[in-house]
Amino acid sequence: MITIFDPKTDIDLGTPARESQVQITLNIDGRSITVPEGTSVMRAAALMGTTIPKLCATDSLEAFGSCRMCLVEIDGMRGYPASCTTPVSEGMSVHTQTPKLATLRRNVMELYISDHPLDCLTCSANGNCELQTVAGQVGLREVRYGYEGENHLADVKDTSNPYFDYDPSKCIVCNRCVRACEETQGTFALTVSGRGFESRISAAGGDNFLDSECVSCGACVQACPTATLMEKSVVQMGQPERSVITTCAYCGVGCSFRAEMKGDQLVRMVPDKNGHANHGHSCVKGRFAWGYATHPDRITKPMIRKHISDPWQEVSWDEAVTYAASEFRRLQQQYGRDSIGGITSSRCTNEETYLVQKLVRTAFGNNNVDTCARVCHSPTGYGLKQTLGESAGTQSFDSVMQADVILVMGANPSDAHPVFGSQLKRRLREGARLIVIDPRRIDLVDSVHARAELHLALRPGTNVAMLNALAHVIVTEGLLDQAFIDERCETVDFARWSTFVSQPENAPEVLGLICGVPAEDIRAAARLYATGGNAAIYYGLGVTEHSQGSTSVMGIANLAMATGNIGREGVGVNPLRGQNNVQGSCDMGSFPHELPGYRHISNEVVRAQFERRGTSPCNRTRACASRTCSNRRWRAVSRACTARAKTSPRATRTPST
Amino acid sequence: MMTHLYLPVDSLARAVGSDEVAVALASEARKRNLPLDLHHTSSRGLYWLEPLLEMDTPQGRIGFGPLTAEDVPGVLDALQGEPSSHPLALGLVEELPYLKSQQRLLFARAGITQPLSLDDYRSHGGFEGLTRAIAVGGEQTATEVFDSGLRGRGGAAFPAGIKWRTVRGTPAAQKYIVCNADEGDSGTFADRMLMEGDPFLLIEGMAIAGITVGASYGYIYVRSEYPQAISTLREALDIARAAGYLGADVGGSGLAFDMEVRVGAGAYICGEETALLDSLEGKRGIVRAKPPIPALQGLFGQPTLVHNVLTLASVPIILAKGAQFYRDYGMGRSTGTMPFQLAGNIRHGGLVERAFGLTLRELVEDYGGGTASGRPLKAAQVGGPLGTWVPPEHFDTPLDYEAFAAIGAMLGHGGVVVADDTLDMAHMARFAMQFCAEESCGKCTPCRIGSTRGMEVIDRLLAAPDQGKRTEQAIVLKDLCDTLQYGSLCALGGMSAFPVTSALKYFPADFGLQASEAEQ
Repeated sequence: MITIFDPKTDIDLGTPARESQVQITLNIDGRSITVPEGTSVMRAAALMGTTIPKLCATDSLEAFGSCRMCLVEIDGMRGYPASCTTPVSEGMSVHTQTPKLATLRRNVMELYISDHPLDCLTCSANGNCELQTVAGQVGLREVRYGYEGENHLADVKDTSNPYFDYDPSKCIVCNRCVRACEETQGTFALTVSGRGFESRISAAGGDNFLDSECVSCGACVQACPTATLMEKSVVQMGQPERSVITTCAYCGVGCSFRAEMKGDQLVRMVPDKNGHANHGHSCVKGRFAWGYATHPDRITKPMIRKHISDPWQEVSWDEAVTYAASEFRRLQQQYGRDSIGGITSSRCTNEETYLVQKLVRTAFGNNNVDTCARVCHSPTGYGLKQTLGESAGTQSFDSVMQADVILVMGANPSDAHPVFGSQLKRRLREGARLIVIDPRRIDLVDSVHARAELHLALRPGTNVAMLNALAHVIVTEGLLDQAFIDERCETVDFARWSTFVSQPENAPEVLGLICGVPAEDIRAAARLYATGGNAAIYYGLGVTEHSQGSTSVMGIANLAMATGNIGREGVGVNPLRGQNNVQGSCDMGSFPHELPGYRHISNEVVRAQFERRGTSPCNRTRACASRTCSNRRWRAVSRACTARAKTSPRATRTPST
Repeated sequence: MMTHLYLPVDSLARAVGSDEVAVALASEARKRNLPLDLHHTSSRGLYWLEPLLEMDTPQGRIGFGPLTAEDVPGVLDALQGEPSSHPLALGLVEELPYLKSQQRLLFARAGITQPLSLDDYRSHGGFEGLTRAIAVGGEQTATEVFDSGLRGRGGAAFPAGIKWRTVRGTPAAQKYIVCNADEGDSGTFADRMLMEGDPFLLIEGMAIAGITVGASYGYIYVRSEYPQAISTLREALDIARAAGYLGADVGGSGLAFDMEVRVGAGAYICGEETALLDSLEGKRGIVRAKPPIPALQGLFGQPTLVHNVLTLASVPIILAKGAQFYRDYGMGRSTGTMPFQLAGNIRHGGLVERAFGLTLRELVEDYGGGTASGRPLKAAQVGGPLGTWVPPEHFDTPLDYEAFAAIGAMLGHGGVVVADDTLDMAHMARFAMQFCAEESCGKCTPCRIGSTRGMEVIDRLLAAPDQGKRTEQAIVLKDLCDTLQYGSLCALGGMSAFPVTSALKYFPADFGLQASEAEQ
């Protein structure tokens, strides 16, 4: 589905939203408005449609109070407080436009422009520059200081980064880039060097942006209100004219983007602040690595060849479709109905995936459909379904902001899911505690202002032993959430599981030797996870892409259930998926044994329903006679996993998330 | 008979030669076989008399100064004979009008005790405040501070009691006491003198603050330009800790408080409390927007009591003698005493601790004795480099926070820099802008860009070929000062306007302007 970007949904309210039970009513320019306690005066004004000029404030960053454009008058308060840093209070009476404020704002703008190039017409931000806009708002008409004074106009551009330029001559030192690098991205690569008039943005750890610690996530470029940090593509092509909302296909975070266009040409990819997964943040991949869209290597026309040794031949779509369909039929006639199948991609939309599986089940007449998730997260699908009853992660990404303990196992979010990694780091900076179970010393183990309290660097292949050792500590040290277990878990299964993990051979002192991790660290991790408040588990391919992947997933789910860490905000079990629509492709029935909605192919009632709606699935519900039928393969895998899962305390209800 | 002599180790006394005098005394005494016991004390703060040598007599200590090493043989002759015969003899030091007329609460031990002698400190009233604070408990201690009317001595004059109650009433796992000892105002030296001369007083004040508001740790943030204060404080902390005044059980209270000295890195802006907190946290010292106020979210985001040295050092006497005792000093809402610091072109530079309410004229003329040059007074800059230039017509204003605010000036940290009629006020106005430009943290726009533009505008004004151009630039300058005053984030930018506008207002001729033009 194509969504056209609606600028009305993208108003910058100046400061981040605040949540509070307490509502505050105040008066702005004679109008009354009620907002949650802690909201800034600036945001309250913006919410009622009143624009207060601003340069250093943006609603993705905490208020900073440096630009002094947003000064207001408040009855009973001395001076001219900055509306971005002043929280609302009950009965407050604010004036956003007075003759004195107009003079102050114009005079501050005059100072800005006295050290700014007057090249608006040839500037890459022309038409989309906050400095330009605010200068217009405040009615600046002359710069009485002249342009001969001390200035930065001759400062040299840093073009080292392949994706964006840094032009210090245009910098207004609003610190938005520095703050974005800190607050949004959590890399802390930018700072201000020099003091006073000499203040300029500087990238740490190198002479220029490319050599620095910058990871090119683009948060600084996104935050810049001028042309100081600007995408090279905009410098070359000019400002885009329209934009389309889309989803990044690189990883499982699924960041929402505005593809900013000029005609049919993509100018830049801008993270969408309304995106639930990314809230306007991005990583280098989605933000800048979109050259593939128009790369000459890309196949854009249908091609066929009769034999693998033949060269490809460009043909029309009609010819290609007709040829493919006839060849499918020929193969089926020659080798049987099960001889062909299809694979769906988790980078595709729900609609596309649904159609592929429908094509296979109705037109091919078999269940030979599968998905790329088979090789990455099918253990998640199976393990979570067995234990929690639903093969899905239990938390939204935002829910991490309410976690007190975060356990990352077999995953490297900073590299593989960078936007979620940034959010996780943000939570760590707020004080959440981190356990990393991974053989690798991943970035999170010791990052800037975010480090793991415990790093259990286990031997590859010992995940199940580790999980059982953690479970052993939780059960034998009495760290269980018995009330949760009594209410939510199956008593018999739980008893079998707890008996099993309590056995002396599952103690950290024994299994720690297998894992290569000190028993004390395992015990400390189990205690922290069980007793540290809201605990959330995030795991990746280091858990699933193992021969015991499904068992590990079940072991993870068991830890969460045994400690009551599932079913509310801030707690849960979360697979970090490989692509943006793994969940959707599974939901749509991409696995051979499951029709859309995880409805099992062996259920006669289900099959009848689908047949009535035109999806006529393969009717072979028992182990398939054909050696290649995926239905047969699934049964075998299923049996093996069930045998291992017998110690699972199956949840009886679906968690509320 | 052993002769007991007293000579300050204060760094200003040393800068004018007290170390050389001490060496000369020792060698001359050896030569004469004179049994001599030289006590290294703090300074009286009568800086124009330093190096000031004192000797015990049955009537009290008599003094000689200012001395040089060459004066030493003569002084020893006089000591062994008729002391008053020496041309540098001052008689009984405590009878000197400059000192006798002072009301020394904070500097009661100045020049008398040895800075690192715990016995000296205790025998002169030390730790009486802490003892009483422990006896009466936190609630009563906070009430005493509130009732005393003590206001912040760093310059903002915010009622200390309100801060104490706020921090005390804010529950937190960790709270802090931070002492702002980044005394950067030119012409001020009271913090330094106190830290070098009476470090236990500050430690006692901070310990009382800590156990009262529930802060278990404190920091003294001292500017790097004060090496002697830093080393003295560090030694004093070790001594106090060993004696049980710091640590897990402060003075037997059962409450924990400890502290350390942190050294700044040469930035004036780090004397601004929020920039100081950022610096303490290991960040660039840039100003934070308020709210949140440090009392609620200060150092490392925890409730923090931030006070100037003099504010914290005022606490022990308030506790020892009671709020009413302290309140009885001063006038109006300015209670207690203030150590004023006389500097610049002044005959008798030094520290004058008096209750609020004496006039600027008494301070400059009676204590200061007028200009050092002997020329007529032109103005006094009160409250540091960002203070207003006060002309003689306002010298009868009482030194009181409100009275000074009423004439568009401020007391600040109590520094008074005096100028004679040769000082070019246009040059001083430019200097104020230059100071702001050099010390600006660069966060807010008026200060970051405006201070540099301010210098340029003044340069253009002074170079202007005709009256019209001068007037034009004067209007721009006043507009800029208005932007700085009302648009800046902190007091550095906000107050940089004061020396400029006051110079323009009172001394337009120095800018080549008519009074009427300057008024525009």
